[in-house]
Amino acid sequence: MSGIPHDHYEPKTGFEKWLNVRLPIVGLVYDTLMIPTPKNLNWMWIWGIVLAFCLVMQIITGVILAMHYTPHVDLAFSSIEHIMRNVNGGHMLRYMHANGAALFFFAVYMHIFRGLYYGSYKAPREVTWIIGMLIYLAMMATAFMGYVLPWGQMSFWGATVITGLFGAIPVVGESIQAWLLGGPAVENATLNRFFSLHYLLPFVIAALVAIHIWAFHTTGNSNPTGVEVRRGSKEEAAKDTLPFWPYFVMKDLFALMVILAIFFAVIGFMPNYLGHPDNYIEANPLSTPAHIVPEWFFLPFYAILRAFTADVWAVQFVDWITFGVVDAKFFGVLAMFGAIAVMALVPWLDTSSVRSGRFRPMFKMFFALFAIDFIVLMWVGARDTDFPHDWISLIASTYWFAYFLIILPLLGVIEKPDQPPATIEDDFNAHYGHASSDADAK
Amino acid sequence: MSIKKLTLTALTALTLSVTSAVSSGDGGHIHDTDFSFESPFGTYDEAQLRRGLQVFTEVCASCHGMQYVPIRSLGDKGGPHMSADAVREYATQFEAADTSDDAELGDTREAKPTDHFPVSADPNAPDLSLMAKSRAGYHGPYGLGLSQLINGMGGPEYILSILVGYTGEEKEEAGTTFYENTAFPGGWISMPPPLYGEDVDFADGHSNTLHHEAEDTAAFLMWAAEPKMMARKRAGFIGVLMLTLLSVLLYATTKRLWAPVKQRAKDDTENS
Repeated sequence: MSGIPHDHYEPKTGFEKWLNVRLPIVGLVYDTLMIPTPKNLNWMWIWGIVLAFCLVMQIITGVILAMHYTPHVDLAFSSIEHIMRNVNGGHMLRYMHANGAALFFFAVYMHIFRGLYYGSYKAPREVTWIIGMLIYLAMMATAFMGYVLPWGQMSFWGATVITGLFGAIPVVGESIQAWLLGGPAVENATLNRFFSLHYLLPFVIAALVAIHIWAFHTTGNSNPTGVEVRRGSKEEAAKDTLPFWPYFVMKDLFALMVILAIFFAVIGFMPNYLGHPDNYIEANPLSTPAHIVPEWFFLPFYAILRAFTADVWAVQFVDWITFGVVDAKFFGVLAMFGAIAVMALVPWLDTSSVRSGRFRPMFKMFFALFAIDFIVLMWVGARDTDFPHDWISLIASTYWFAYFLIILPLLGVIEKPDQPPATIEDDFNAHYGHASSDADAK
Repeated sequence: MSIKKLTLTALTALTLSVTSAVSSGDGGHIHDTDFSFESPFGTYDEAQLRRGLQVFTEVCASCHGMQYVPIRSLGDKGGPHMSADAVREYATQFEAADTSDDAELGDTREAKPTDHFPVSADPNAPDLSLMAKSRAGYHGPYGLGLSQLINGMGGPEYILSILVGYTGEEKEEAGTTFYENTAFPGGWISMPPPLYGEDVDFADGHSNTLHHEAEDTAAFLMWAAEPKMMARKRAGFIGVLMLTLLSVLLYATTKRLWAPVKQRAKDDTENS
């Protein structure tokens, strides 16, 4: 499957040969597990395994929770309490599922930022990147609908606010909103379809994950130097790589266990840390909470949504030039989706000939700013929109777009990158070889 | 800046930023109290929970319900841990909907342990089942939210502060009487002071000053909101312990597995 030359599966026994002609499934598993993997991968390359684990964990816990949950406005909230109090191990299942979503998003952000720093999205891995962005979008939809299911105050009002965004689309917006909700407002029909889709989407994600893996197994993994594996011969390739099993499976499992230990500490000792207290109050359409705050992993984009208010000149200009079709509310919605769109288009926006950020001195600074920008957006997304938070979110949102649309295209032209090592082997030897034994010791 | 440093910075900032989403306490002064069930090692105090149940039954229950809590859970370990007979006896003071075949709609019968606590008698009084969790995050709006690992989630502190926070001032607005309360956001609450001290005589002879009553009530409501806390912490400990052990083993395995690869890198570079 991989473009990197390596030993393929050879059926040996009679049964293996018989099966291989009919269904080469053993070969598929073998080639997938034994894919030559750049041996210089660092600890930022572990998040893929963490993500795969999260998906499986969410599906298993979710399927069991669904056995005890009732998607009806009169019963949803009490069925959650039923799970928490009466179902054997139900409280653990629910806390694992709720905090599992947080771990899932934490891991996906680490995974995405790793890709952005090391230029993993660059040719020939654009398709892997695009599929990844689709997974991320599906994750957001799944998480959003999952948060509605407990039918607490934040569930209800979060659903009201977010589906309201679609209402901001000119002409067809209100029809789309009613279609999504199954009625004029968030009600039983909404809860039912959200439950149905919340159960469906993870399997769509699973399929996308398979394609994601297929895509990068075709191109081979990226790596911290951004230098491609030598493909001249099997021997040459073997100098740059190690088989995924057992070398990287063991390394990734080790990392996964460390992360899970922390995860279990959160579940065991502060499972409601990331939740909002208001969601322990049953949904009440007549009482709006003082602050409607999305979950932490939506906050950066929520901040971008709220940043572009009607008193920003750019918003006014767009309003004027589109004859009022794009008003401030719609502008905010466009900005929010645009923020993800520009990220998805980064393979074509980054013009640098050097792949890895490790060898791009100017890029490093802008990337650090970009990472800080993300955190700032997350922080300001949970604040009120008063001064100075309005200015902070506007500046941070602007930087987000500037990073992708101006800085990355320009840097490729004006930056003078350092010289990457000739081969992955050189990089590995420079790190673990004789000369670096002093550095290695610390 | 190295990616490692960047990651650490990001993690720290993330932790700081997340807390803001959790803390919803604006206005109202909450004092921190050390409850027995705080921190990873904290457990419920059975005697305290039983005292809190007594206050709930004799005072709170006249207006407030607790509809999500099954009466039988009063007998659970990690809770008030009452005897089966005591729970059965306790249940009889409540009424439950009669759903037997010959009952009319609206008929009631004596409650059994399998029934839940009743709903609020006063429709304006919120249900108390989840009060301790729905009022959580009161460790100050700018406090580091991570402190709830040690200090608990703050919900019981809020309840305690409300119960002892009445100043005695009253005002009437649009036909409703409001009572000044230093803990309530906005300062004026529509609930009349429920406790004054010496409202109940504790079966175990514990002091029944206002503060003690309030503390026991807050602890009881924390249990009502999170009845499986002790089982959860135990599972957390076992989980963390096993996973740490597994991490160590996997670390050793990985180290050993990679040793020849790293050795080869050393050998290769020695010659060059």
